[in-house]
Amino acid sequence: MALELYMDLLSAPCRAVYIFSKKHDISFNFQFVDLLKGHHHSKEYIDINPLRKLPSLKDGKFVLTESVSILSYLCRKYSAPLHWYPPDLHTRARVEEFMAWQHTAFQLPMKRIVWLKLMIPKITGEEVSAEKIDHAVAEVKNSLKLFEEYFLQDKMFITGDQISLADLVAVVEIMQPMAANYNAFLNSSKLAEWRKRVELSIGSGLFMEAHSRLMQLADWDFSTLDPVVKENISELLKKSK
Amino acid sequence: MGLELYLDLLSQPCRAIYIFAKKNGIPFELRTVDLIKGQHLSDAFSQVNPLKKVPALKDGDFTLSESVAILLYLTHKYKVPDHWYPQDLQARARVDEYLAWQHTTLRRSCLRALWHKVMFPVFLGEPVSPQTLAATLAELDVNVQLLEDKFLQNKAFLAGPHISLADLVAITELMHPVGAGCQVFKGRPKLAAWRNRVEAAVGEDLFQEAHEIILKAKDFPPADPTTKQKLMPRVLAMIQ
Repeated sequence: MALELYMDLLSAPCRAVYIFSKKHDISFNFQFVDLLKGHHHSKEYIDINPLRKLPSLKDGKFVLTESVSILSYLCRKYSAPLHWYPPDLHTRARVEEFMAWQHTAFQLPMKRIVWLKLMIPKITGEEVSAEKIDHAVAEVKNSLKLFEEYFLQDKMFITGDQISLADLVAVVEIMQPMAANYNAFLNSSKLAEWRKRVELSIGSGLFMEAHSRLMQLADWDFSTLDPVVKENISELLKKSK
Repeated sequence: MGLELYLDLLSQPCRAIYIFAKKNGIPFELRTVDLIKGQHLSDAFSQVNPLKKVPALKDGDFTLSESVAILLYLTHKYKVPDHWYPQDLQARARVDEYLAWQHTTLRRSCLRALWHKVMFPVFLGEPVSPQTLAATLAELDVNVQLLEDKFLQNKAFLAGPHISLADLVAITELMHPVGAGCQVFKGRPKLAAWRNRVEAAVGEDLFQEAHEIILKAKDFPPADPTTKQKLMPRVLAMIQ
């Protein structure tokens, strides 16, 4: 039985898993769980992952969630080249340190930009206050500053001379606000150059392919948004007020 | 100089590391970083961790932050018993899965429960509205239920039949709201039984020792105005 990967490439963690799998020629069935159509709330998907989040992996009877865990699993199972998850004690620790930090420091602020600048206005017809957006942008800028100063420093990649899982996870997260026309790479040439290196290591074709749905999000017809998704968003809107 | 661990047992992730290192007989120098005195904001500490957070590790010239990374570093370096972070592909994935999930869910809820119920009103003298507290406790409830339903299920421990890093991280998180007076195990016999198993596996004395400070959180004297001003911005960012 083939590996099943349940994903929607609108989600940054899904893109990391997708890119990694394609890059290493891992054979899998792409089970498209359309976030915009609310398919993550379907009975079929809830059976796979009751948390209704993406990505999920299904390997025979074994189901696994959380992209960081999935990436490690794939690395180990398919014996990816060692630089992706280096065995050296200190280098490995740097990957694990970034993977832990990014959950709160990257993922949340990057997602928030897309919600505040694109999703909420498109769905509700109301703009979000400039104050809220400025606060969200300040958070992103602060995280990127920490990323550059602490994690990247003057190295080519986070662990040194070669790409690792940390760079892959970082780049897909920093790409997320592009959907709302916010190019976080404009903040610094160091960041832009790192992104180019990561993109080249992955392969530009694969990188573009993985990000195409995200880049087209602003042009999507939001009037066709699934009602369940709309309802969840109104909860988020209430929370962010 | 040998291994140094920069910890404050007030902090959940610090407790997990403290217990793990002690349990496995890992020799280390405990460097206490007193959070309520704002010692984590000192220039001296930022030489160890520029991100100004605990826990932090210093091993010779090598420094490391993030509790999950530190636990894994100690696991790899000191060759602890396999059950903490199994070699088996799927068993390890289960531990990784929990360690990844908990950052934005249970950890966040437990932190907010302590701060909204006790630390803001008692230590910082900042009132918290009943609605805010109720919302925080409701979210905590959801995440504790997820811990039981999705991760523990009918197993002895979160990742399988033996205690692992996942259990240690989870239990130290749950002791945060317990320290705030929340009865997270009430009406949850399965989770309470798991808690007892974890405490027994860790060792009752070590468990009690690690949790002495958090269990006294309600009795912290109020912060003076200078300290309060120093701590506020980062506290607000932390519990967002």
